[in-house]
Amino acid sequence: MNEQALLTTLVFVYLGVLVGVGVYAARIRQKEGGGFIAGYFLGGRGLNGFVLAMTLVATYISASSFLGGPGTAYQQGLGWVLLAMIQLPAMYLTLGILGKRFAIIARRIKAITVVDFLRERYDGNKLVVLSSAFFVVVFLVAAVVAQFIGGARLFQSVTRFDYVLSLILFSFVVMIYVTLGGFLAVVLNDSINGTIMFVGTIVLLVATVKAGGGTAAIVQQLAAKNPELLTPFGVKHFISLPWISSFWVLVCIGLLGLPQNAVRAMAYRDSRAMHSAIVIGTVVTGALMLGMHLVGVFAQAVIPKVTVTDMTIPTLALQVLPPFLAALVLAAPLAAIMSTVDSQLIYMAGTIIKDIYLNYINPSADENCLKRLSQACNILLSLLILALALKPPSLIIWVNLFAFGGLQAAFFWPLLLGLYWKRANAAGAVASQVGGVLAFVWFSAFVPRPLGLHPIVPTLLISLGSFLLVTALTQEPKCETIKKFWGYAED
Amino acid sequence: MKGKVQGDYRFRQCGKEALIMLALFVLNVVWWYGFAYGLGSRPVETYGYVLGLPDWFFYSCVLGYLVFSVLAWLAVRVFFRDIPLDDTHTAEGGDGEQ
Repeated sequence: MNEQALLTTLVFVYLGVLVGVGVYAARIRQKEGGGFIAGYFLGGRGLNGFVLAMTLVATYISASSFLGGPGTAYQQGLGWVLLAMIQLPAMYLTLGILGKRFAIIARRIKAITVVDFLRERYDGNKLVVLSSAFFVVVFLVAAVVAQFIGGARLFQSVTRFDYVLSLILFSFVVMIYVTLGGFLAVVLNDSINGTIMFVGTIVLLVATVKAGGGTAAIVQQLAAKNPELLTPFGVKHFISLPWISSFWVLVCIGLLGLPQNAVRAMAYRDSRAMHSAIVIGTVVTGALMLGMHLVGVFAQAVIPKVTVTDMTIPTLALQVLPPFLAALVLAAPLAAIMSTVDSQLIYMAGTIIKDIYLNYINPSADENCLKRLSQACNILLSLLILALALKPPSLIIWVNLFAFGGLQAAFFWPLLLGLYWKRANAAGAVASQVGGVLAFVWFSAFVPRPLGLHPIVPTLLISLGSFLLVTALTQEPKCETIKKFWGYAED
Repeated sequence: MKGKVQGDYRFRQCGKEALIMLALFVLNVVWWYGFAYGLGSRPVETYGYVLGLPDWFFYSCVLGYLVFSVLAWLAVRVFFRDIPLDDTHTAEGGDGEQ
C-alpha cells in the first residue's frame, strides 16, 4: 500500500470511530432515560474530570492552533509562541471564575443553555433571551463555517479528494454523530480528539527537535537566519507590546464569555470532576499551545521554504515522521476542528430548541416531538453551514477570531455580572450585549488597533459601561430572582 | 430554614475559590510578562541560553508552564472543597427547587 492510500484509509478509520461513538452515545442515552432535553443537550450533567477537561480544551482549541497559529510562528519566531502561551490560564480561569456557583445555580434553575441561565437571572425578560439567542446563532454560524472550510481543506490535503467532496464527507460525519448522540457523543468524541491532539503534538515536537539536530542547533540556525526570530517582538516588531498585552483579554479572560464553553461549566458531575478538570485542562492546554507553536518555529530550521504557512504543520509532519505517525499528527488539526464544530453545532441546536421553541413557540411539546425537532434542527444547521462553506475565504484565523470577539462582547458581562452582582438587571444586560457587539463590529471594521490594542479591550469596556449605566437608571431585579440566585440569606 | 445556612456556606466557598483562581491568574500574567519582556528586551547577542532556548523564553514559557500547572494543582488541593452541587443534598424539602 502506498503512503497516500494508507493515509486515506487511516482517516476513514478515524471518521468511522467518530460515527461509532455517536451510535454508542445514542444507545446509552436511550438506556438511561431521564428527560430528553437535559440528556440530549447536556449529557445529564454527568461529565467526569477527564471528559470535562478534554471537551473544554478541545472545544476551545480550533484548527488555528494547528495551522494558522504555527504558520504565523514559523514567520514570527518565538514571540508568537509567547503570544500563544497567554492561553495557559484559560481553563483554570473559566472553570474557576464561573465556578461551582454557576453549576449549583444551573442545577437549581434546571438550565440547559447559557441563555437559560440568563433568562432566569434577568427576570424572564424576552429581550434578553431573543438578543442572546440571536447572537449565538449569528456568531456561531460564522465560526462553524470557517471551521468547516478549514476541515475540508485539511481533509483534502490528506486524502487528495477535491474540495467539495471533502467538505461533504467532513460535514456529514459531524452531522451524523452530533444528531444521533447529542451532547454525550460530542464530549466523548472531544475526549478522543483531545487525546489525539495531545499525543500528536508531543510526537511531532520530539520528531522535529530530532530532525533539526536538537534545540540548541535549531536555535542557532534561527539566529543565523534572522535574530529577530528569537525575540519576543517578532520580525520587524510585528508583535507590538500593547497588542500582545491586550490579546490575552480575547483568548484568555474573555473565554468564559463564550456560551459553548460556559455551558460545560454546568455539565460536570460533582466538585471533584471540576477539581481534576482544572488541573488536566491546564496541563493539556499548555502542552498543546507550547508544543504546536514551538514546532512551527522550529520548522524554519527543518523545512526552510514553506510558502503557504498554514500548511507548515502538515508539510513538516509528512517530512519528519513515518506515514503512520504522520497520519496521527495530520489527524490532530482535523480533531481540533471536529471537536470545535460539534460543540458549536449542538449548542446552536440547543439554543434554538430550548431557548426559542420551548420558551415561546410550544412550551408543552412532548418528548418525542422534541427529539425529532432537535435532530432535524441539527441536520438543517449542518446543511446550511455546508452550503455556506462551499465558497471559501482564505484566512481561517481572522474569521474565527471575529466570531469569538462578538460572542464575548455579547455574553461576558451579562454572565459574569449576573452571577456575581445582585443589582444587575435585564435592561443593563441588553444594553451591554447590543453596545458590546456594535462596538466590536465597529472597531474591527474601522479601527482594528485602537491605541495599539486589540478591539476586544475597548469593546468589553463599552459593554461594561453600558451595563452599569443602564442598570443604574432602571429598576432592581425582582426579589424572587435574587432569592433564587443568592440563596435565602438576607443579612 | 435549613437550606439557608447550607446555601450560604457553599456560595462563600465558591467565592473564595474564584478569588484564588483570579489571584493565580494575576500571578501567571506577571510571571509570563515579566520574564518575557524583562529578559527578552535585551539585544539578541546578550541572550543566555537554557536547554538550547533563549533564557527569556525558557523562563517565561517553558518553566512558567510547569510552575503554573503545579500551582493550579496545589491551589485546587489546598483550597478547593468537595461541596454538593445539588440543592437536594443540602436542604430538606427542596428549598432551592423552582
